[in-house]
Amino acid sequence: MAQEREVLLMKGNEAIAHAAIRCGCDGYFGYPITPQSEVLETLAELKPWETTGMVVVQAESEVASINMLYGGGGTGKRVMTSSSSPGVALMQEGIAYMAGAEVPGLIVNVQRGGPGLGTIQPSQSDYYQATRGGGNGDYHVIVLAPNSVQEMADFVDLGFELAFRYRNPAMILSDGVIGQMMEKVVLPPQKPRRTDEEIYAECPWASNGHGLKTRGPQVITSLELDPAVMEQRNLHLQAKYKQVEENEVRFESTGCEDAEYAIVAFGSASRIAQKAIETLRNNGTKVGLFRPITLWPFPKKAIHDLAQRVKGILVVEINAGMMVYDVENAAEHCVPIRQFGRLGGIVPDPDEIVEAMEQLKQVCCK
Amino acid sequence: MKEEIIISGFGGQGVLSMGKILAYAGLMEGKEVSWMPAYGPEQRGGTANVTVIISDDKISSPILSSYDTAILLNQPSLDKFQPKVKAGGALIYDSFGIIDKPTRPDIDSYCITAMSTAAEMKMMKTFNMMVLGGFLKIHPIVSIESVMKALKKTLPERHWPLLPMNEQAILKGMEIIHHQ
Repeated sequence: MAQEREVLLMKGNEAIAHAAIRCGCDGYFGYPITPQSEVLETLAELKPWETTGMVVVQAESEVASINMLYGGGGTGKRVMTSSSSPGVALMQEGIAYMAGAEVPGLIVNVQRGGPGLGTIQPSQSDYYQATRGGGNGDYHVIVLAPNSVQEMADFVDLGFELAFRYRNPAMILSDGVIGQMMEKVVLPPQKPRRTDEEIYAECPWASNGHGLKTRGPQVITSLELDPAVMEQRNLHLQAKYKQVEENEVRFESTGCEDAEYAIVAFGSASRIAQKAIETLRNNGTKVGLFRPITLWPFPKKAIHDLAQRVKGILVVEINAGMMVYDVENAAEHCVPIRQFGRLGGIVPDPDEIVEAMEQLKQVCCK
Repeated sequence: MKEEIIISGFGGQGVLSMGKILAYAGLMEGKEVSWMPAYGPEQRGGTANVTVIISDDKISSPILSSYDTAILLNQPSLDKFQPKVKAGGALIYDSFGIIDKPTRPDIDSYCITAMSTAAEMKMMKTFNMMVLGGFLKIHPIVSIESVMKALKKTLPERHWPLLPMNEQAILKGMEIIHHQ
């Protein structure tokens, strides 16, 4: 319907809520926290339980939310939660359980400054938490980093698709800039929630009572006390992660063809870096922007190739230096690499990034 | 066309909603827009500011180092953002909350007496629309019709009877802004 493809103006958090309903999400479980509370608020206003039948629950805590996700995902339903940094810290155990039991689900982190309760202002200092895992064991979460309100809307469906394709938790790693800012967005078309029959066909592993008499109960657990079996299960997970790394790397490269220098940045930092690049190019320095869209799997090969073509790389991230280690690892130290970021809820402005690039140029000219 | 604006003042002055109306009006005219708020945990009395960009072209950063126009409604905002107005840019301030007036000779400074006028007219709630009117007088980047459409779009229907009062405030704001 034409009505559905209208250009709207809304916050990133609101776009997440609208997109969840439209892509057939079955359930949302969340607990309010700045700067992402509009996700739950918008869902409460839109009352999807009256239209699509989507369940919306304000849980008693983030720990409860993630375990509701574990339960919902275990039945093959499309379920999501959202929170901000300290809340996502509380969820880490549940995320590791989901990864271990191969339960799909979508987690949205609208990051704020830390550590601990930290601040309510934007940050990207959960890069390690998201890509390395705050939980225990050898596991990965598929991490998508939107840099616009449009991508906040688009990545909900993509996150669910990936989570179900690989039976693994997926995360949208956003921050207080993208969550709170308003810009234009075209919401995805409304698609129906999957029927029970569709879920039975797509998720034969799910524990939802289907096939109980013919094949017995499905057990969803991360526990296995026989180490030989547990090693096999881990090897299976690692083989799956290798597939994800081979098939699901996403990135965007802008103006890197003629670039002498590159900025590598994700999420909101990539938007600010783009503005800095406009200034740098006007001043005669050819700079390109490389933006990882999946933070795990990390675009290692593309950055390796980029590092062969440029004189230096500046990594801009709103933290004290996290993704820079992935960039260094990918580049294998073949060019000078520097990191620039602000901390504690301060967001760098474009001129600061221009200055950091000027400093990198001096290093490269020596 | 591209206008990069900072609106800054106390929480409760309507800074964020003024920016929102402006952004919506830009949307009505098919422009690219971005609205980026910054505020503390308190709803009233704390500092609040919003960066609004309205442009014919795609917008890169919602966060800026300098601005074409600064609309500054208290002293801390003026102290913070006066240095960040681009040379040749505009600064709008309300004399009510500002003791140390703008000093930069390389920008156009405008004084709007919106706080006192709104109080006299017993229209305090439309203070921010008065300021918006003043801004649109000096930089008519969107039409009054678009602003009114934006107001109708963003206000819940029960507040629509207040639309004429808001229009009156916008028009009044255009009268009470003066180049310093």
